[in-house]
Amino acid sequence: MKDRLKNLDLITAFLWLLRAAIILVVAWGTFKTLLSNPYTSRNWLDFIIFGIAQGSMYALIAIGYTLVYGVLKMINFAHGEFFMSGIFTATSALAIPLAASGFMDQHPLLSLLAIGLLSMLISVGIALLTERIAYRPLRHAPRLMPLITAIGASFFWQYYFRGLFGSQVRPFPTVAALQGSIPFLNTTVLKTHVLVVVVTVLALVALNFFITKTRAGMAIRSVSENKDVAALMGINVDRAISMTFATGATMAGLAGLLYALVYGQVHFFMGFIPGIKAFTAAVLGGIGNIPGAAVGGLLLGLFESVGPSLFLQGLGIPAFNQLKDVIAFTMLVLVLIFRPQGIMGERLAEKKA
Amino acid sequence: MSKKAFSILALLVVTSLLLAACGAPAASGGADAPAAEGDVVVAAGDPIRIASALVISGPNTDLGLDSQHGVEIAIEFKGEIKGHAIELQAEDDGCSAEGGQAAGQKIVSDPSIVAVIGTSCSGSGVPMAQVVSDAGYVMVSPSNTAPSLTDPAQAWKPGYLRTAHNDKVQGAAMAEYAYSVLGLSTAAAIHDGDPYTEGLANAFRESFEALGGSVVAFTAVNVGDTDMRPVLTSIAASEGGAPAFLFFPVFTAECAHLATQALEVAGLENTVRGAADGCFSAASAEAIGDAAPGMYFSGPDLSFSGDVYNQFAAAYQSNFGTAPISVFHAHAFDATNMVFACIEEVSVEGADGSLTINRQAMRDCLYATSGFQGITGSLTCNEYGDCADPKIAVYEIVDGEYVSVWP
Amino acid sequence: MDNLTSSGWRQALLQGFVAGLITVSASTIGMVELFGTRYFLAGLFTMGQLLLFAPPAVLAFSLAGKIKSQGISIVTVKAAAIGAISGAMLALLVWANQTFPLRTVLINLSPKLMGLLTFDRSLAEGALILIGVSVATAVFGALLQFVPRLYRQALLSAIITTLGVGLLAPLLFERIRNFFGQSVAQLVFTSSALQVVPAIIIFAASAALFYFRGKAALNSKPKAEQKLNPRQKMLRQIPLAIFLLILPMLLGSYLTEITNNVGIFLLMGLGLNIVVGLAGLLDLGYVAFFAIGAYTMAVLTSTGPLGVAQMSFWAALPICVAVSALAGVLLGTPVLRMRGDYLAIVTLGFGEIIRILALSDLLKPFIGGAQGILQIPKPSIAGITLISPEQLYYVILGGALLAAFISNRLRESRVGRTWIAMREDEDVAEAMGINLVRTKLLAFAIGAGFSGLAGAIFSPKLTSIFPHSFNLLISINILSLIIVGGLGSIPGTIVGALVLVGLPELLREFAEFRWLMYGLLLVVMMLNRPEGFIPSDVIRRELHSGDEHRAEV
Repeated sequence: MKDRLKNLDLITAFLWLLRAAIILVVAWGTFKTLLSNPYTSRNWLDFIIFGIAQGSMYALIAIGYTLVYGVLKMINFAHGEFFMSGIFTATSALAIPLAASGFMDQHPLLSLLAIGLLSMLISVGIALLTERIAYRPLRHAPRLMPLITAIGASFFWQYYFRGLFGSQVRPFPTVAALQGSIPFLNTTVLKTHVLVVVVTVLALVALNFFITKTRAGMAIRSVSENKDVAALMGINVDRAISMTFATGATMAGLAGLLYALVYGQVHFFMGFIPGIKAFTAAVLGGIGNIPGAAVGGLLLGLFESVGPSLFLQGLGIPAFNQLKDVIAFTMLVLVLIFRPQGIMGERLAEKKA
Repeated sequence: MSKKAFSILALLVVTSLLLAACGAPAASGGADAPAAEGDVVVAAGDPIRIASALVISGPNTDLGLDSQHGVEIAIEFKGEIKGHAIELQAEDDGCSAEGGQAAGQKIVSDPSIVAVIGTSCSGSGVPMAQVVSDAGYVMVSPSNTAPSLTDPAQAWKPGYLRTAHNDKVQGAAMAEYAYSVLGLSTAAAIHDGDPYTEGLANAFRESFEALGGSVVAFTAVNVGDTDMRPVLTSIAASEGGAPAFLFFPVFTAECAHLATQALEVAGLENTVRGAADGCFSAASAEAIGDAAPGMYFSGPDLSFSGDVYNQFAAAYQSNFGTAPISVFHAHAFDATNMVFACIEEVSVEGADGSLTINRQAMRDCLYATSGFQGITGSLTCNEYGDCADPKIAVYEIVDGEYVSVWP
Repeated sequence: MDNLTSSGWRQALLQGFVAGLITVSASTIGMVELFGTRYFLAGLFTMGQLLLFAPPAVLAFSLAGKIKSQGISIVTVKAAAIGAISGAMLALLVWANQTFPLRTVLINLSPKLMGLLTFDRSLAEGALILIGVSVATAVFGALLQFVPRLYRQALLSAIITTLGVGLLAPLLFERIRNFFGQSVAQLVFTSSALQVVPAIIIFAASAALFYFRGKAALNSKPKAEQKLNPRQKMLRQIPLAIFLLILPMLLGSYLTEITNNVGIFLLMGLGLNIVVGLAGLLDLGYVAFFAIGAYTMAVLTSTGPLGVAQMSFWAALPICVAVSALAGVLLGTPVLRMRGDYLAIVTLGFGEIIRILALSDLLKPFIGGAQGILQIPKPSIAGITLISPEQLYYVILGGALLAAFISNRLRESRVGRTWIAMREDEDVAEAMGINLVRTKLLAFAIGAGFSGLAGAIFSPKLTSIFPHSFNLLISINILSLIIVGGLGSIPGTIVGALVLVGLPELLREFAEFRWLMYGLLLVVMMLNRPEGFIPSDVIRRELHSGDEHRAEV
C-alpha cells in the first residue's frame, strides 16, 4: 500500500510537471509574441474568424461521431468517408454539369439546394448501408471489432469513390452571389464564412429540436441511455440506430457542401483528415455529448488558427504553422489531463468507456 | 522446459545469424540472383518487358498515374522493337521509401525485365536506386527531382538516371524570374513537408537571396490542410513587411487553396504568387480558377506543340478519357523512348529470332545518351544520370491554359 | 436475411439485385477493366470475368443452401433468376452508357470496358451472352448444394485452390523458373496465367486430395488430445526451425523482401499485442515508437552529415530499444488515467505529434526534416555486410523469434496475468492489489521496446528514412492485423501479418484496388470470424458470452 502511494505520488508529480511545462511554454510563447507584437488587432480578429469558420465545419462532422458514440459506444472511423461521399458525388454528378450548363448562374439558390440535398442524401445512403452491412451484425461483439470494420469500410469507400469519379481534385463551381466579403468591426468577413457560421448555427438548432422534441429524436436518446430498456419500452432499436447514423450523416453531408463552398475543391481523400479532426473535436468536447461536439469543434478550429501564431511565433520556431496539429493535440492532452471526460462530458463516460 | 526452449531459441538465433553471414551470400550468388552484368535473352515471339514503378495509389496517385500513361503511350507508339512486342509491368512505388524498395525487389527478381521507368517520388527513388543498381539493372525516373539522387556524395547509384530536372535548376529559375524580370525584391516561400516541395522551396530561397533579394518568411503547411488563411496572415505580417512574391511549390490541392486564399488575406492582395510543376495540370488550373491572374508557374520548358506532342495528347485523351492529369507524362514518355532507343542500339538479334540485351551495355548506352530529341527537349545525360534538358520556363494561366511567359 | 419468407422468391430477387449491384459496381469503378487484362487461364478466362460471374454464383450457392428443401427444380429457377437479374443489370449499364454521356461523370466507363462487357459484339448479342453466362454460373452454384457433402467440399476446395494458383501465377512462375528452368515453368504457366491442361490437372488432383482427406476425417474417430512431454514437443519444432532457416532460399529475393516486411510488422504486432491484447490499452499511435527506434538508429549509425556517432548496427540496437521503451513510459504517463476511446485519440495524437516533429523545420538540423536521413549502413556480421533481403531475413527472424519468445513467456507469467486482470476490470484489479501504474507503464514500455526494435531494423534495411514512412496508416495496419489474426494470440499475429501485410504486397499489380480489397477483407473477416483467424481462448469466451447476451435479447 505504501509502495503504491509512493508510486502514485511520483506520477501525480510528473503530471503536474507536465501541465506546468505545457502551460509555461504556452504562456511564455504568448508573452513573447505579444511583446514583439507582429500582428495588428485586425490580424487577431481575422485569426479568430478563420478559426470559427473552420471550427464550425469540424463541429458539424463531430456531431456524427458523437451521436454514434452515444448510441453504440463505437468509434465510427468511416464517418469522414460519409462526409466525402456526399459532396464528392454531388460535385461530380450535379454541380459541375449544372455549372457547365449555365443553370447554376441563373438559379444559384435552387442549384445549391439541389446540390446540398444530393450531398446529404448520398451521405445518408452510404451511412445506412455501412451500418446495415458492417456494424449491425457486430453490435454485441467486443468493441474493437466494429472499430476494425469501420476502418475497413473507410478504406473501401475511399477507393470505391476514387474508382467512380477518379483520383483528381475536382473544383467546385464558384457561386457569384457568395464571392467577396462584407465589412465587420474593423475587418472584413468572407461571405462564405458568414454562410458557414449561419448554416451551422441553424443546423445545430434544428438538431436540438429534432433530438429533444420529435419522437425519433427521443427514441435515439432513450436508446443511447439504455438499449435494453428502450427495447422493452417498445422502441425499435434497429430503427433508432439507423436514424442516429442518418442524422449524423445528414450533418456530414451538409458540412460537405460548406466545405466545397469555402475551399472550392473536392477529392476522394478529403474525408480522412477532417474525419480525424472531428473525432478529436468530439473527444475534446466530451464524446457522446452533442453540445460538447460543437464546443470541441469550435475550440479545435480556434487552436489551429490562433495557436501557432500566438503560442509559437514568439519562441522563434521556424515554420511554426507546420506545428498547428501539434498544438491541437497537445491542447487535447492538456484538457484530458485536467478533465479526463472532456470539456462537457459526464463523469459517467469515464466509468465504462 | 523453459531452459530447453531458450537453448533451442538461442541456437536458432545464432544459426540464423551465422547463415546470414556466410550461407546467404551463396544463396544470393546462386541461380537465384540475376547476374550483375548478365544478358537478357528475349526468345523469338516473346515480348520485350520493361517495368514501371510509379505511385498509383494513395493521395499522390495523379502524379504517378499520369506518368504511367506516358509510358503506356510510348509503348503504343513504338509498337515493337526488332519484331518483338513490348510489354509493361506496372508496379506501385507507394510514394514511400518502403514502397520503392519492395517494388524494386519485385522488379529485379524478374530476369526478363530490361529496364525500369520510375520512381515517381524521390523518397521512393533513394532505396530503389540502391536495389536496382545492386542487381545490375537500370532505372530512369521521369519525376524525381531531389538533388541528392544525382549527388555521388549522397544517394546516387550507378544504375540511376532521370529525365526530370533537378530542383536546383527550377528553384534558381523561379528566383531569377521573380527578382530580375518582375523586379520583386522581397519574397516568402511555403513548403508542405514533402521532400520535393521542401527541396524546391529551399533552392528558391538560396537563389533569391544570392541574387540580392530578401526572403521575409520561410514556412510550411501540412499535406491535407485546407484552411491556409492563418499561415497567409502570419506571412503578411512578417517582420520584413508583406512579401512582394509568394512561392509555394506544393501539389494541386494545397496549391489551389493557397492560390485562392492568398487573395482573401489582408496585406497579400497585391502579392504576386508563384507555384511549380506540382501545380501544373488541368485539374490545378480548374481548381485555381478565377484566382489565376497574378500567378506564375515554373516548370519544364515544354514546347508542347510539335507533331509528336499533338499525337501524344490525342492518344492520352482517347485512351484515358481525360487531358493529362499531372505534369510528368512527357518526361515519362521521353524516358521510355530513351530506353527504347538504347534497346535498339545494344540488342543483338540471334539467328533464331531471339534478342540478347546486355545489362551493362544498356546502362552505358543510357548514360551516353546525348542530344536525344524528346517532348521535353534535347536530352543529354551527365555522368551522374541527370538527363533533363534543364530549360525551365515560367507560365501563367490564360483561359484555363498554361501559357509560357518566360524566357 | 434472417427471416426467410416461405417461398424465398423475394429473397431470390433481392440476392439477384445484390449480385447485380456488386458486378455493376466492380465494372463502374474500373476493377473489371483492370482485372480483365489478367488471365487466370491463359487465353480463356480473366479475373475480370471472375468478378462479373462469381457474385451471382456465390449468392445463388448460399441461397440454395437455405432453401434446399424446396426441391431441385424450384431452386434452379430461383438461381437462374439471380443470374438473370445480375446479367441484366450489367446489360443495362452498357445500354445506359451508350445512350447517355455517363463517362463525363463516371470516368471508368471506358470503351474498353464496354467491349469487355459485350464480348465485343452488339449490345443485344452481348446482353444475351452476359445474361446467359450469369444464369449458367448461378445455376451451377446452386446445384453444387445438391451434390453430396463430401463431393461438394472437395469440389469447392479444388475450385478455390485452382483460382488461388491462377491468382499467384506470376509469382509461382518466377519460382518454378528459378528452380526448374524456363521450359518447365512454361509448361505450367504463361508468364502471368495458368495453362489450361495443368489447370485441369491441378483441379482434379486437389479435388481428389480433398475428397480423400474429407473421407478419412469422416471415418477416423476423434482422437483424444495427445499429451506430449516437453521433449516430444521440442522435437516437433525441429522441422519448423529448419523450414524457417531455409525459407529465403525457397522464396528468392522478392518474396523474401515481402517476408521481411511481414517480419517487421510482426515485431510491431507482437508489441501492440501486449499493449492492446493483454493489457487492453487501445493505442492508435503505436507508430510513434517505430519512428523513434528508426530515427535513433539512423542518427547513431548514419555515415552522412546527420550521423552523430557512426556506431555499428549491433552497438546501436540496444540503445534504440531502450530509447523507445523510455519513450513508451514518458508518453504512457499522461494517459494513465484515460480509458477506452479517450486513450485511443490521445495516443493517435502522440503518433501524429511525433511524425510532424520528425518532418518539421524545427528539428531539421538534427534529423533532416522532410529530406530524412540518408546513408544508413546495413548491418554486418564478422566483416560481411548484410545487403540482400535474404541476408537481412535472418536478422529479422532473430528479432521476431526473440519477441515471440518474450511475449509468450510474459503472457504465462505473473505480469501477464496482471495485465489480463487489468484488461478485464481495472477497478477490480486495483482492489485486488495490482499496481495499475506500474502494470500499465510496463505494458507501454515493453510494447514500445518491440516497436523500437522493429524501427531499428527498418532503417538500415531501407538505408534511408523519411518522416512519411511513419504515418497513421501504419498504426491502423498494426491494430488491424492483430485483431484480424486474433487478439492476444501470438500465432494469430503471425497470420494477421501475413494476410494484411504480405497479401497487399503480393497483389501489388492491382494498385489502388489493393486498398479497396484490404478494406473489404477487414469487413468480411470481422463479420465472419470476429474472433480472428487464430483466436486466443479469452477472446473466444468473450464472444461466446456475446452470443448468450444476444439470445437474452
